[in-house]
Amino acid sequence: MATPPAEGARFRPASDRSLLVYLGERIALDAHERVRRLLLLLEAEPVAGVRNLHPAYCSLLVDFDALRMSHAELEAILRGYLDRLDDVTLPAPRELEIPTCYGGEFGPDLNELAALHGMTPDRVIELHASAGYLVYFLGFVPGFAYLGGLPGALATPRLAAPRRSVPAGSVGIAGDQTGVYPFATPGGWRLIGRTPIRMFRPDRGNMSFLSIGDRVRFTPISAARFAELDNR
Amino acid sequence: MSAIPGRTIQVQAPGLLTTVQDLGRDGFGAIGVSPSGAADPIALRLGNRLVANAENAAGLEMTLTGGTFVFPEGAILALTGSDFGATLDGGAVKMWTSIEARPGQTLCLGGTRSGARCYLCVRGRIEVTPFLGSASTHLLTGLGGFEGRALRKGDVLHVGPAASPFRQRAIAAEATRHFSLRSVLRFTRGPQADWFSEAAMRSFSESTYRVGEQSNRMGLRLEGAPVPQISGRPMITEGVSLGAIQAPPGGLPIILFVDQQTTGGYPKIGNVISADLHRVGQLRPRDEIRFEQVTWEAARSLLVEQERTLGSGELLAE
Repeated sequence: MATPPAEGARFRPASDRSLLVYLGERIALDAHERVRRLLLLLEAEPVAGVRNLHPAYCSLLVDFDALRMSHAELEAILRGYLDRLDDVTLPAPRELEIPTCYGGEFGPDLNELAALHGMTPDRVIELHASAGYLVYFLGFVPGFAYLGGLPGALATPRLAAPRRSVPAGSVGIAGDQTGVYPFATPGGWRLIGRTPIRMFRPDRGNMSFLSIGDRVRFTPISAARFAELDNR
Repeated sequence: MSAIPGRTIQVQAPGLLTTVQDLGRDGFGAIGVSPSGAADPIALRLGNRLVANAENAAGLEMTLTGGTFVFPEGAILALTGSDFGATLDGGAVKMWTSIEARPGQTLCLGGTRSGARCYLCVRGRIEVTPFLGSASTHLLTGLGGFEGRALRKGDVLHVGPAASPFRQRAIAAEATRHFSLRSVLRFTRGPQADWFSEAAMRSFSESTYRVGEQSNRMGLRLEGAPVPQISGRPMITEGVSLGAIQAPPGGLPIILFVDQQTTGGYPKIGNVISADLHRVGQLRPRDEIRFEQVTWEAARSLLVEQERTLGSGELLAE
């Protein structure tokens, strides 16, 4: 018999008005799917007094109105939700492509990253564009997707000194993650390319181009194609 | 009380950093959108009550140095938060009370005489296109507020129609003491508090920290004693709550604030209690602060007490 999900969850207060629910202790697909199930259930059947939900790799941070409920009361309610996780059907994943112009001014760290791994820049591009990635969650800033599935050969630590401003659309690598900066923000990820896609648009129904659970691939494009797509 | 259409505010000088803020947008953490909203929400709430607005109506948040504003059609307004030495057509104006600007009068604010932020609330509220249900500005991403940015010279803000009848009001002087500046921030244990030794926790509570120059609405960088971790365990990125005190390895603590990142990969030693978050919004660069750990029960009762004070009838004098 399967272990009831609630037994696998760990609760920890994060502040006097938030509770962390850990659904695993490492970055893995099963923990991710449990986070998504709990998120979907809480979005479909909102708990009165819950103000905000922050999914991550294997946890969900639940912000609540501390004048209405305590950590213990919220935990008891969430345990009821956790017992029903197996009944939640995850929607079929969307498959999305991110056209990316690698290297040059768009990927100022490509050559150094290639050298660090003793491979050619072309090989880095080939590896990065051949893998399928999963959107584990969105966080940091609006529309920033944490993508898992980077080939192990490309895993690279963050830059020692983060850049003050990374251009919007920059595609970067940090540890075994890859991702796209939706806005010009400070950042320490190693930049290997850039996409002309607007990752977050407040004037679009689905503001974020990527959603939790999406399957993603990067497609290499030329600088000319980048300019074409960028001007549309 | 009939609403006069087309009331405006002309920005003659914006001040150091002036943005439109209400009480923020909750509920969009799952797409990475942080709440934003007034850094000192109590000052904004009280300011709105002084001009008979809803508590969450949008006002102007000024930082360290205020701006100069002209009201061509006149306005009922209130200044709350820190004292920026305001004058109306050259005459000193009181804080924490509703005042009337006659058509064409100029409100001029200077440098702060107390904390970091002063709020200007206008009867009828500042009207901007809401983003995800809120007027608040998120500066880093240019979302929300007035064109997603801090105000500039020449901007013209629109004021909405007043919804309810207005009577002259003031916040009782003794009431503002409840919300006055304090140099001790109370905190509860963070989700990774057990990553820090007892000695590190003690040092954190006994040290004086100085607010760094690079502090802003996203976070306050603190200078002082580093908070060493027991071990460099790998931290898996997780959601971060408002007021989280994160301690990067070997580094100095950072308080995550209203425009914060929604997730983070550094361990959190503690979290500023809800009842003290408005004080964080009044901290200036170079201010000195200390931290005092409290229990969950204490944090909760301090918040309940604060809300009771805010809701009490004695707060507003007429």
